[in-house]
Amino acid sequence: MSWITNFLTSSLGKKLVMSLTGLFLIIFLVVHLAGNLQLLFDDGGEAFNIYAHMMSTDPLISVVAYGLYFFILLHIVQGILIAFQNRGARKVKYAMSNRKSNTFASRNMMLLGLLIFFFLAVHMGDFWYKMKFTNELDMVTYAGYDAAVRDLYTRVNAAFQEWWIVLIYIIGLIALALHLWHGFQSAFQTLGLNHKKYTPIIQGLGKIYSIVIPIGFAIIPLYYFFVK
Amino acid sequence: MTKLDAKIPEGPLSDKWRKYRSTVDLVAPNNKRKLEIIVVGTGLAGASAAATLAELGYKVKAFTFHDSPRRAHSIAAQGGINAAKNYQNDGDSVFRLFYDTIKGGDYRSREANVHRLAEVSTSIIDQCVAQGVPFAREYGGTLANRSFGGVQVSRTFYARGQTGQQLLIGAYQALSRQISLGNVKMYNRHEMLDIVKVDGKARGIIARNLVTGELERHAAHCVVLGTGGYGNVYYLSTNAMNSNVTAAWRAVRRGAYMANPCFCQIHPTCIPVSGSYQSKLTLMSESLRNDGRVWVPKSKEDVKAIRDGSKKPTDIPEEDRDYYLERKYPAFGNLVPRDVASRAAKEVCDEGRGVNKSGLAVFLDFSDAIVRYGKAEANANGLDPNDAALVKKLGTKAIEAKYGNLFEIYEKIKGDDPYKTPMTIYPAIHYTMGGLWVDYNLETTVPGLFAIGEANFSDHGANRLGASALMQGLADGYFVLPYTIGSFLSKEIKTPPISTDLDEFAKTESDVRERLMGLLNVKGDKSVESFHRELGLILWDYCGMSRNAEGLKKGRELLQKLKKEYYENVFIPGTMDEYNPELEKATRVADFFELGEMMMVDALHRNESCGGHFREEYQTEDGEALRDDENYTYVSTWEWKGDGEMAEYREPLVFENVELKTRSYK
Amino acid sequence: MKLKLKIWRQKNQNSRGGFSNYTVEASPEMSFLEMLDVLNQQLIENKEEPVAFEHDCREGICGTCSMVINGQPHGPMGLTTTCQLHMRHYKDGDTIVIEPFRANSFPVIKDLVVDRASFDRIIEAGGFISVNTGQAPDGNTIPIEQDEAKKSFDAAACIGCGACVAACPNSSAMLFTAAKVAHLGHLPQGQVEQSKRVKRMIAQMDKEGFGNCSNTYACEAECPKGISVANIAKMNRAYFSAVVSTDEK
Repeated sequence: MSWITNFLTSSLGKKLVMSLTGLFLIIFLVVHLAGNLQLLFDDGGEAFNIYAHMMSTDPLISVVAYGLYFFILLHIVQGILIAFQNRGARKVKYAMSNRKSNTFASRNMMLLGLLIFFFLAVHMGDFWYKMKFTNELDMVTYAGYDAAVRDLYTRVNAAFQEWWIVLIYIIGLIALALHLWHGFQSAFQTLGLNHKKYTPIIQGLGKIYSIVIPIGFAIIPLYYFFVK
Repeated sequence: MTKLDAKIPEGPLSDKWRKYRSTVDLVAPNNKRKLEIIVVGTGLAGASAAATLAELGYKVKAFTFHDSPRRAHSIAAQGGINAAKNYQNDGDSVFRLFYDTIKGGDYRSREANVHRLAEVSTSIIDQCVAQGVPFAREYGGTLANRSFGGVQVSRTFYARGQTGQQLLIGAYQALSRQISLGNVKMYNRHEMLDIVKVDGKARGIIARNLVTGELERHAAHCVVLGTGGYGNVYYLSTNAMNSNVTAAWRAVRRGAYMANPCFCQIHPTCIPVSGSYQSKLTLMSESLRNDGRVWVPKSKEDVKAIRDGSKKPTDIPEEDRDYYLERKYPAFGNLVPRDVASRAAKEVCDEGRGVNKSGLAVFLDFSDAIVRYGKAEANANGLDPNDAALVKKLGTKAIEAKYGNLFEIYEKIKGDDPYKTPMTIYPAIHYTMGGLWVDYNLETTVPGLFAIGEANFSDHGANRLGASALMQGLADGYFVLPYTIGSFLSKEIKTPPISTDLDEFAKTESDVRERLMGLLNVKGDKSVESFHRELGLILWDYCGMSRNAEGLKKGRELLQKLKKEYYENVFIPGTMDEYNPELEKATRVADFFELGEMMMVDALHRNESCGGHFREEYQTEDGEALRDDENYTYVSTWEWKGDGEMAEYREPLVFENVELKTRSYK
Repeated sequence: MKLKLKIWRQKNQNSRGGFSNYTVEASPEMSFLEMLDVLNQQLIENKEEPVAFEHDCREGICGTCSMVINGQPHGPMGLTTTCQLHMRHYKDGDTIVIEPFRANSFPVIKDLVVDRASFDRIIEAGGFISVNTGQAPDGNTIPIEQDEAKKSFDAAACIGCGACVAACPNSSAMLFTAAKVAHLGHLPQGQVEQSKRVKRMIAQMDKEGFGNCSNTYACEAECPKGISVANIAKMNRAYFSAVVSTDEK
């Protein structure tokens, strides 16, 4: 199997891992946002809580979720390793460097990634951990749904009344937007998909995506903080 | 007086090479492995030779002073490469290419060599295509051709304006492959500083590692020089800054003869010198003269006004302009041949009518062409041909389509927009037809020492045709030397590897060390560069576009004086044992001095005008070159006897297949 | 015009370098290298060591000249090598910072001169078509579609100067390597060894210690010959397919 390790440790193999895990996470974000937008329903959290219950109990989704955690970790670890290796490839730095030839985002993917990671830690500690590993959340039942479910909605509502949590979300989502701004089209380039006709479309989609998705996520804490 | 044997095979011209190939002594594969070859220089000729010899099984060591073989100046050739493929079905043939080359060379080259060149030209194209050279293609995917100066067929293959680059990269890749296979040991950043002769045969070189400064001995059964031409003796030329004659000149100092050293080609359309700091001249394609009109102001007042900026060239009214080419050569006008156009530009500048600060430039004006094309376009599209603004717009577009990239290069360098203001141009040294004398085997007068490409004299006579330099370099390297080297090596199969411990190596190395230390120890006040500039000026003034006996004598004196001063007053910073570009230049300039003197002696002895050699005393009433076939149909070769002493030997040129004619533009 | 120069001076590969300050009188018609010639002339006249920099053809094709000028390889003008950069783009009193191309794989030899032999070794690893002299069929045997020939040429226009590595925040040599893979890969002649070529060249590139590509495209922005990053995508494709489809382990 040495060819597999050879491949995965080659510069292109490592890039492929970044690209594929990144694309997976891009798809995940859409699903996640679709689910979370249920927080905007004016139903006292019913739809959201049932959805959250299903997400944490369905065996198939659990499998996918563990895959997701693995990919996130892989993306982070690999990304950090690559970034350090890249920095090490130029021991003596330039006294002056031109910042016009590339974007802030493309230069600072690791920094942005780490910001997202810290945001993720706060985010998951607050909701995912409390949902899965503690009994802090109350149980509620809804008519038409046969199991009692944890009331994540109330926790969300409480969290988003704290200004500092909302601020962390906003910062994390801005970092995400920038990370995607470079990452979306970069993933396709790495896969070798660069074409005169299609690349401008991919780049356009990437830009729309990297703005729309973070805004979609940001609406939720802002809505809870300012409106509710 | 002749002691030169060109070793031309017997038989009819078209059979010579075929027969030679079938009968030349070969070296068996098992013996090839035991034979070592040093190749110095890795341009088109050197890289292609090193790769091919290695493919054949020889053990090759290749040397370049560059950081990589891919930097050689072959890379800068723009136009293309000729081959008698007859893909255009326009009547081309090996004989026609042979004939054009002989005639273009003003009948001063060797028939047998030129015919062989024409024969192998077709294989070069095949080889390069197979290597992945991206030649221009027709819509159907077949190879495209264009025509080039002075021939009636389309036989030039090209890769945009970067044919030299692409061919060199092809050869470099072939060489890289042999390096990776271990068949070639590559020495980058090594400059050859001497030839080592053992028992009269070339058996090695002394090279300086340019990074550490160390002198190294390298031995082999024979040595091949593919080290290019010596145009940089003029300091300003279209050659690369580091192009030099040292390898070839060191061969001369070890007994090789220099042939026709005064034959240098001058290109009429280069971007002119703009100041004393100028380091290099850039070529602009000659095709520009198809549409540009060459002129200078009639009066010196206007010249002065242009030089100090108080008048722009567009301010000079039509009647105050001197379109001197059209005036002097009404039949050919701006399209007279290279040498005539060059000399005419020199003349008007000598009169003090040069149009830039240095006084060495003439205008090449496209405003008439813009109007002409503009009107034609307007008429063709049913627009008003009297609308000046519209005509200008349409004409500019038409010119852009034709010469856009050249105008861009010009603008990048000069900062002027040639669509609005005329270009300035001036002739510059471009190529040297002269070089080491070689026989049919490409072997110099030193046994075991071969010279290929621009470094030898063989194929271009007194003038080289466009797109023939690339052809010759690759012909020598890919298809000629790999055969002819067998004539020498087949007798060496019993010679064991040459040891670098031999006295001859030690002696030569100490010679080199002494030479370098001698230069370093002068510790004078002037930089190498400043001497080189002065030397270049002397040669340009007295042995440049046109020469005369008096000037050549005076030039030689000036040169000798400057040379003396060089050894008394040059300053080279740093030491021998480090990366020291000034020391590299110093040895090169020292050799240029000696070569320059030989060029002048050769130019003075050749009492005729032919090709790139124009002697003012020998011209027709219309100022055209006057050849003297009766007395000068020979190759003049020179042996360096030391300290400006030279002995001349002649190789008569016998023309059995072409009739000698006078070039005529009427 | 009078210019202040801040130039990196380093005696040799093993010594530590640092910046030195100079002033030089230049004229707008000079090329950048001619301005340095003037400086060196001045230094030599003062019996000081001139600044070592590499250059050769001075017409933008040999790829010898390098140096990073105010943070940009080959200076501020697009599609221009240092030798083709002219001083009229600067004004009196400007300060210009001049550094060598910096990357571990391009060790400094002296001052602004770096060793780019790693590029040669990448080519030696497979950047060629294995055809011995004399083996070639007639040139017109293989027709090549004009667009493909054009793409091949666009990649083959690489001059191997190393500006891509110098510009890349990661010191990656992907654009250089990809240009060669694409040059040969766009041609039918280059197909035969394409899989081996791309695997070996990338293995060598990695071995040389260049950084990884992170698609910042600084290489394309600074490339004096305008080599496109589309070539990198093409190489990635060729590499993945070579890894997956060939028998070679």
